[in-house]
Amino acid sequence: MLPCVLRIARPVYTSVASTRSLANFRTHMDPDPSRPVERAIRTKLTNMLEPEHLEVHNESHMHSVPPGSESHFRVLVVSPRFDGLSLLQRHRLVNDALSEELKSCVHALAIQAKTPQQWGSNPTLAKSPQCLGGSRGDHTVEEKLKAGRE
Amino acid sequence: MNSILRSTARCLRAGGAAAVRLPAAGQQHRQTDGGHVLSLASARLLCAATGDVLKDLGDMVKKDKVVVFMKGTPAQPMCGFSNAVVQILRMHGVDDYSAYNVLEDADLRQGVKEFSNWPTIPQVYFNGEFVGGCDILLQMHQNGDLVDELRKLGINSAMMDAEKEAK
Repeated sequence: MLPCVLRIARPVYTSVASTRSLANFRTHMDPDPSRPVERAIRTKLTNMLEPEHLEVHNESHMHSVPPGSESHFRVLVVSPRFDGLSLLQRHRLVNDALSEELKSCVHALAIQAKTPQQWGSNPTLAKSPQCLGGSRGDHTVEEKLKAGRE
Repeated sequence: MNSILRSTARCLRAGGAAAVRLPAAGQQHRQTDGGHVLSLASARLLCAATGDVLKDLGDMVKKDKVVVFMKGTPAQPMCGFSNAVVQILRMHGVDDYSAYNVLEDADLRQGVKEFSNWPTIPQVYFNGEFVGGCDILLQMHQNGDLVDELRKLGINSAMMDAEKEAK
């Protein structure tokens, strides 16, 4: 258990390319029209938080959901709007921006919300912990997957 | 008849909100009425859930210094993010806290999201005050704030010495 804890306790820098296979590689500035939820997340965070840097990662493939799902996301938002705000306040801003998605099709949202200064001194994307299969057989997740498909 | 069903449903819901006091392992069980197992679906239908759950939550989050709403139990987490919260608390030597398994109770699962105005699980409370989810707890752990916050609760973190050496 301890190595697992150390892994999650220490942020690991991952380049955008290494988080996905080369076949799916694209920069965060290049939305894929076949992924509507990812596109909506990117659009809303851009509009509401005016980020200097934004990464939206679909991590659904790391969880017990069908391939191609858009249910589990990790977002990294770097914005001067976060200056002077507590972590909780920052995360609430992100949640509010994505409230529709969170009500309908997004089941999990991992958030990193940094000021430009914080990002400059520590440009690392945190890594999500290993899935323990909680989504399997979870009817709430099934409803969200259905909403995402529709 | 309706009141009997309603009170049984409430009992089922309260029983289903499996509050785990460590170190006991979480146990799953269904309550029965007259030998018949009530389905959770009928319990949701009959129970005046929202008002009761929100009222209960107001009490639940204050019952302990540290209260966690999670998927699974500390002994057997059912979600990586919930497990991360358990592991972080364990690293700080915090093993005595109230943990509620939202997978046991759909009303609780929905209710806590409304109560906290927070869309996801896990959720962490310190002294009745909402702290955040896994990401926030992890960042507090990494930047040393968690040791300070636990100290304010009267809990000496197991990582306090490491924190002192770093400063």
